[in-house]
Amino acid sequence: MDSFAGILGQAFGLILTLDPDLMEIIGLSLRVTLSAVAIACVIGLPLGAVVGTFRFPGRTVVTVLLNALMGLPPVVVGLIVYLMLSASGPLGVLGLLYTPTAMIIAQTILVTPIVAALTRQVIEDLHVEYAEQFDSLDVGPVARVGALLMDARYSLLTVALAGFGRAVAEVGAVLIVGGNINHVTRVMTTSIALETSRGNLQLALALGVVLLILALVVNAGVMAVRATAVRAAYA
Amino acid sequence: MIRRSLLCLSAALLLAAAPLGMARAETPFILVQSTTSTQNSGLFDHLLPLFTAATGIEVRVVALGTGQAINNAANGDGDVLFVHAKASEEEFVASGNGVERFDVMYNDFVILGPASDPAGVAGMTDAAAALKRIAEAEAPFASRGDDSGTHKAELALWDVAGVDVAAASGTWYRETGSGMGATLNTGTAMGAYVMTDRATWISFGNKADHVVAVQGDPVMFNQYGIILVNPARHSNVKAALSQQFIDWIVSREGQGAIASFTIDGQQLFFPNAAPAEMKIQG
Amino acid sequence: MRDMMALPETLTKPAAPLLRTDALGFTAAGRALIDGIDLCIAPGRTTVIMGANGAGKSLLLRLLHGLIPPSQGRVLWQGRPLDRKARAAQAMVFQRPVLLRRSVLANLRFALSVRGVRGAQRTVREAEALARANLTELAHAPARVLSGGEQQRLAVARALACTPDLLFLDEPTASLDPASTNAIETLIREARASGVTVVLVTHDLGQARRLGDDLVFLHAGRVAEAGPLADALAAPRTAPLRARLGGHLYLDTDHIPIA
Repeated sequence: MDSFAGILGQAFGLILTLDPDLMEIIGLSLRVTLSAVAIACVIGLPLGAVVGTFRFPGRTVVTVLLNALMGLPPVVVGLIVYLMLSASGPLGVLGLLYTPTAMIIAQTILVTPIVAALTRQVIEDLHVEYAEQFDSLDVGPVARVGALLMDARYSLLTVALAGFGRAVAEVGAVLIVGGNINHVTRVMTTSIALETSRGNLQLALALGVVLLILALVVNAGVMAVRATAVRAAYA
Repeated sequence: MIRRSLLCLSAALLLAAAPLGMARAETPFILVQSTTSTQNSGLFDHLLPLFTAATGIEVRVVALGTGQAINNAANGDGDVLFVHAKASEEEFVASGNGVERFDVMYNDFVILGPASDPAGVAGMTDAAAALKRIAEAEAPFASRGDDSGTHKAELALWDVAGVDVAAASGTWYRETGSGMGATLNTGTAMGAYVMTDRATWISFGNKADHVVAVQGDPVMFNQYGIILVNPARHSNVKAALSQQFIDWIVSREGQGAIASFTIDGQQLFFPNAAPAEMKIQG
Repeated sequence: MRDMMALPETLTKPAAPLLRTDALGFTAAGRALIDGIDLCIAPGRTTVIMGANGAGKSLLLRLLHGLIPPSQGRVLWQGRPLDRKARAAQAMVFQRPVLLRRSVLANLRFALSVRGVRGAQRTVREAEALARANLTELAHAPARVLSGGEQQRLAVARALACTPDLLFLDEPTASLDPASTNAIETLIREARASGVTVVLVTHDLGQARRLGDDLVFLHAGRVAEAGPLADALAAPRTAPLRARLGGHLYLDTDHIPIA
């Protein structure tokens, strides 16, 4: 196997020549993961905010559950989604197995607890600051959750990034529900797994470097947004 | 304001995600459940475009491992089963999950070992005898240990050799519980003997200093079979399209395509569909 | 033993007190932090609440505003127990301004929207509040970028934009410089002039003298003295108040008996 320099060289070579197979795989990876993170945020942000803001019976149980679900093994989620979407399963009629939609579903299940649990913590800490003033202004529950989410928006960006990191790096779930079908459901991580099983370790590592660069670009972009906000003292 | 645009972004992403599932619905396609070793060899990359060119039907392959392939097909999550585990395949048909099994091709298994050959088996042609020598020398042996066709063939040989590998598991006998590629990676890294199908080995990119030690034993004969998943049991099976694929594979055309697949000038798979089944594509 | 201070006439002159407490008490961890307080807040006047740290001033304010439920007794707003209508007619400014991470204008807008004020009327009230607090030029600046004085002006303006009948202020100028303090006091005076009842907790005797009509002096969770401020400060009747006026660096743990 070549040196580290050789691997980096191969990685950049793939990127710079815009290798069409690679571009297709990167495109699919981004679409699946970004969709999953977006849906997870739509579900997880309000869920976490509600649990973080209000006292209700069973709140501790919910909190512990959300925190624990952050550690869901991707391959287990993949298996469960497979069983649901299988032709022999309850949702088989939808015909979603081995499609990118199935992969989005599986990754959404993985990411939502992360978003919800971290949002809960962020919002709960923030609420302490605002609780009395909100009580004084007589802010209703919906307006309260909305105001807290809005106020924490730049911290919540980091929460979304945590979800993105988890999803873009996982292979267990998308492999089982997607099937790693060439040109259909093959993403970066399943490609790396495939090349590894073929013994093409240098290519696998080069793809790994490309994946890292992808994650870096996304994170850098989000942080740039955050930096402008901090400068404007909105954060 | 920001909240609204975030909501719009999510909606847009959701809409973008939806068509992903339907984008290829225009081209008719079938789903084949197969094994990692077949896929890793590169056979499908060579074979399937020829079929698509001839019929316009796209073939999607899910290659996750023999056990998973059979299980998925039994669940109806696939139209065609194409693996190399004859006993399991016959059981698949017998239990009503498959319509009929056809021989397609064979390749052979070989036993690899490090160039240093600690057990002294290089050049042997009797597989069981070689395995016995490996056991006596307690030389490391990496097994797939995953109930795949390869694994079952391996266990059958240990039986013949009279070695109880279950007892030795964890010592010189190491079960990786993984596919062929992962097991090869592990085996070459730990200097162990590995039994693999020739096709995977030829196309494998991480050979280290391993070479083929034992080959040519008629017992190490790896037969591939193809089966149509029973449409009577699973209404989603695309029976007509899948039958076209099966017909093509056992036809002179398909068999010729299999034979023409080579790596470094070596033919990897040897077509052996029964002549009576070889229909001439008209 | 409850201190039954006879309420001077001036406190009972207006027909009905706006806010009244009835044997109000609050206990935490076995200690009575507020004990047997009866007081009346007359409408249209500024009541100043003073006392040492730990005497229970901030706690009393929060009990009056309904932020904390009492352990004993009750708080009556216009003769009725505290409810949403009462809360809607009150507003509170805290020692440190609590502002959302958005612009000055957006903070005002938020408070008004919560009250159900929308459309043209809201725009008018926002502009009025900005002008009142002298923050019109800073309308689109992030609220957190403002100086301490500016932020507190915004907090007071936000409270007044909701047109409360009663305004609570908990040491609003404790951390401000004289210029900002003056700005806040002006706002309070203007509010009073437009009929808002003010209840102010302060440590600052000068501020008490400048703004206060009535004084409630707390000691160890009870009312030590209550009455028109000028009279009380001129002729203190109890030891705690006397000590305070005498410049004594007064700590509640000194256990000065009321006599």
